[in-house]
Amino acid sequence: MKIAQTLRNLHGNKVGAAIEELHRSENELVGALLNLSDEHKIDHEIFYVARDIARWSQEHVRLLAEVGRDYDLDLSPESEDEPTLLARVKQKGAELTGRFHEPSLLLLADLRRVHRMAAGVSLDWEVLAQTAQALKDRELLSTAQECHPETLRQLRWANAKVKETAAQIMVTG
Amino acid sequence: MARVDRIAEPWGTRTPYGPGERWPMRVDSHLTEGTRPAEVDRWVQSASMLHSNGDAMDIAVKGGRIVGVRGRSEDRVNHGRLDPKDLYGWQANHSPDRLSTPLIRRAGELVETDWETAMESVAHRTRELLEERGPSSIGFYTTGQLFLEEYYTLALIAHGGIGTNHVDGNTRLCTATAAATLKESFACDGQPGTYTDVDHADVICLYGHNVAETQTVLWMRILDRLAGPRPPAIVCVDPRRTLVAEHATVHLAPRPGTNVMLMNALLHELLEHDWVDHDYVEAHAVGFSELEKLVQGYTVERAAEVCDVPADEVREAARLIGTSRRLMSTVLQGFYQSHQATAAAVQVNNIHIIRGMLGQPGCGVLQMNGQPSAQNTREAGADGDLPGFRNWSNDDHVQELAAVWNVDPIDIPHYSEPTHAMQIMRYVEDGSIRFLYVTATNPAVSMPELRRMRSILSQERLFLVVQDIFLSETAQLADVVLPAATWGEKTGTFTNADRTVHLSEKAVDPPGEARPDLDILLDYAERLDLRDKDGAPLVKWKTPEAAFEGWKECSRGRPCDYTGLTYDKLRGSSGIQWPCTEEHPEGTERIYVNGAFWSAPTYCESYGRDLVTGAPVEPTEYQALNPSGKAIIKAAEFLPLHEPPTEEHPFQLITGRTLYHFHTRTKTGRAPQLQAAAADVWVECSVADAAAHGWSEGDLLRVSTPRGQVTARVRVSGIRDGVLFLPFHYGYWDTAPGNGSGDNRAANELTLTDWDPASKQPIFKTAAAAATRLRPSDGSVAPAPSTTASRPAHGSVPATRGDDSALVDEEHAPSGGEA
Repeated sequence: MKIAQTLRNLHGNKVGAAIEELHRSENELVGALLNLSDEHKIDHEIFYVARDIARWSQEHVRLLAEVGRDYDLDLSPESEDEPTLLARVKQKGAELTGRFHEPSLLLLADLRRVHRMAAGVSLDWEVLAQTAQALKDRELLSTAQECHPETLRQLRWANAKVKETAAQIMVTG
Repeated sequence: MARVDRIAEPWGTRTPYGPGERWPMRVDSHLTEGTRPAEVDRWVQSASMLHSNGDAMDIAVKGGRIVGVRGRSEDRVNHGRLDPKDLYGWQANHSPDRLSTPLIRRAGELVETDWETAMESVAHRTRELLEERGPSSIGFYTTGQLFLEEYYTLALIAHGGIGTNHVDGNTRLCTATAAATLKESFACDGQPGTYTDVDHADVICLYGHNVAETQTVLWMRILDRLAGPRPPAIVCVDPRRTLVAEHATVHLAPRPGTNVMLMNALLHELLEHDWVDHDYVEAHAVGFSELEKLVQGYTVERAAEVCDVPADEVREAARLIGTSRRLMSTVLQGFYQSHQATAAAVQVNNIHIIRGMLGQPGCGVLQMNGQPSAQNTREAGADGDLPGFRNWSNDDHVQELAAVWNVDPIDIPHYSEPTHAMQIMRYVEDGSIRFLYVTATNPAVSMPELRRMRSILSQERLFLVVQDIFLSETAQLADVVLPAATWGEKTGTFTNADRTVHLSEKAVDPPGEARPDLDILLDYAERLDLRDKDGAPLVKWKTPEAAFEGWKECSRGRPCDYTGLTYDKLRGSSGIQWPCTEEHPEGTERIYVNGAFWSAPTYCESYGRDLVTGAPVEPTEYQALNPSGKAIIKAAEFLPLHEPPTEEHPFQLITGRTLYHFHTRTKTGRAPQLQAAAADVWVECSVADAAAHGWSEGDLLRVSTPRGQVTARVRVSGIRDGVLFLPFHYGYWDTAPGNGSGDNRAANELTLTDWDPASKQPIFKTAAAAATRLRPSDGSVAPAPSTTASRPAHGSVPATRGDDSALVDEEHAPSGGEA
């Protein structure tokens, strides 16, 4: 326990910065998933699943804010949310272009963006988990162990959606 | 011999029996008025095409016409009994409005034409699109009501010939979750249970399965056990007070959309009391520790609150399940068409795995099918699977299939799983599919969100082909309509929900120029000049029996192995359960005996999916998880509803069936006894909701969701509070067309476009809805049957009964005999 405290004191700043960065990038992932959902409302599975799994990142944000207190961080447990009006505008836009095939190229681009961000978040969790082990910080480690598998599921989902839709988007039309 | 009005008494007379005894015989028969059995020219072997139970029957023919039906006493499935839909439904074959000539759209109108013109137009448009836009612009949407030979031919034409990935059936709406659930838990489709489990079980659990109405003969079997010595306890999970609920020891009526919460709480209880067969789990399953971890948070108290069910009853259900010695479970649409469909249904498998209740008499799971030949749509690869339960992400399996078809593996699209029906419709919507060939189904009434569906199907740029026996709501939107023969007018095989294969032979000629579906598909293939890699015709058969022989080769060595079956073997005897091989010539009653599964990485049909995101599990991941082919325990978290009730839409709408009709009533609506028993749409609400809003029996309500409105008379039934029920059978072929407003009656005007990410089955049972009274009853009652789940909670309405034409002969055999 004493060693843990000493290690934390020695390296607290770096770890704090990593937590802060992950808090920011999870928040960004929430935004990207909700944006993907709204922009592609007409692709119903994208619309619902993106919202379902954005909730995971929202929970990660809350947990990071909690664990951040150990490192003297004052992070908001509330993740950023899109203004409702903007979301509605995007959803309406999706409905209006639903009869056209070309906007589906945007779907690939948006999925790519989510995949890239989730990959970044995943690596950040990796760093934090390794750090937590070195610091013997059980709380931080268990947070990473709880959250990281969900990030990987987000990542696999984006990959699977690209795999599922790419051929139809690229080859037909 | 008894004469019974089977509209008034749908399940007929009881023939009680005890555990381990043979279910007594009772032969039901119904002949048209004035015809005596001795006057029948011939009896032609068949089985039921109006539900998934697979009840065997003989068709009575006189003067070249069908004059009635009789149950086959020697058949393992029904021991002579028939469902009311079969007793009366055959009359629809003779309907004067059967399609008897092809139709083609000219100047906006469908006009009669000849086969040559119709088929050439279909083939021409296919060729044109193949050249202009490629195979991905072609889609096929089939059914759960054709024969195995027809599905297999369709799968070959579409996957192996045209090379499109867009092939699915309306089985997506009814049975996709059954298949997905089996693939998640056992890495392969294939029903672990068998109907004879009813003869042995001491506890039978029915999860979202109103078997009394959907598979009436299976319910007769259960009723006969309940009437006999040492009856089984029944656990029923259903938001409606169904007949099953009436007979249940415990009836849980959870809030729609909370099944995963309830199942996790049941599992929590089982683990807490250690009602677990640890030896079995250790030897035959992976994933137990994840389950242990996940269900920790799902206490009975939490479930009681979220599901709104009494905690003590959840505990009692868990105790019955946990202390049972022979546990049988069945699952159907209450789980499959609800929120988190696969995740919920998988938990039922998990109960059986952790209790070691598989592969022995009385210990089965039946992940039920909704349609008579849905199993074949799945096996033959006409539904978003590859033929023979082959794994699309296993290159060896694709090569094997290519060898059977004598095509290059790259010509069978397998870069992604075959496209599911909801996504096919999306591609039609965005214009990337321009040709849709629909066989024997009616998406303009059966798909969710009908206003959207009508607008998708009526697009100018879409070439829509509809092959059907009536001018359905969908056929009315078609560019070409192909008149098909139906049950009794063509030969083929099909397989029921417990793997029993039946032969259905041609009894009479189809009307006019109508042709068997197989013949139409063969004609299409010939016109497209589809070839194998040696230049020979791709489709190598001309008759149903030759197609069956072709299918046998495709099934060889796969779980659904048919190689031990022939038409001759199926003639005159009982149906036979697959796998049926040289080694097991009489078929296989129970699979997964002694924990032997089909889940080895090189053999399995599927590596599974993430139950929340639907993302397929990668081959390497699966290999690491389950290298030695065990059962897979898959835990699932509960997710909040996608469309929870709001102030504006305070009710939860669920849709479903009634005993007297099948699907969009194309056949049952044309059988007078069935039509009279449930003539029009109604809406059910609870006693408390009726009191709170001042509604009473027969008041005219308008039910609305953000998608549309439906007008219906109300029946105050035994449904749980906060829930409205609408039967989905009623469309517009016998009324004014639907237009999304006013006096619409199709339940799917209201449903939302959303599906389970793992099974891709649409969610029909959790829409948020509002209801207002348009006018009080003028003395009329709701047109809802009084014999079923729709009977009034209190008070009485005129009893549902048939006239003299509904009288059915029941012949009881002397009882006794061993199982």
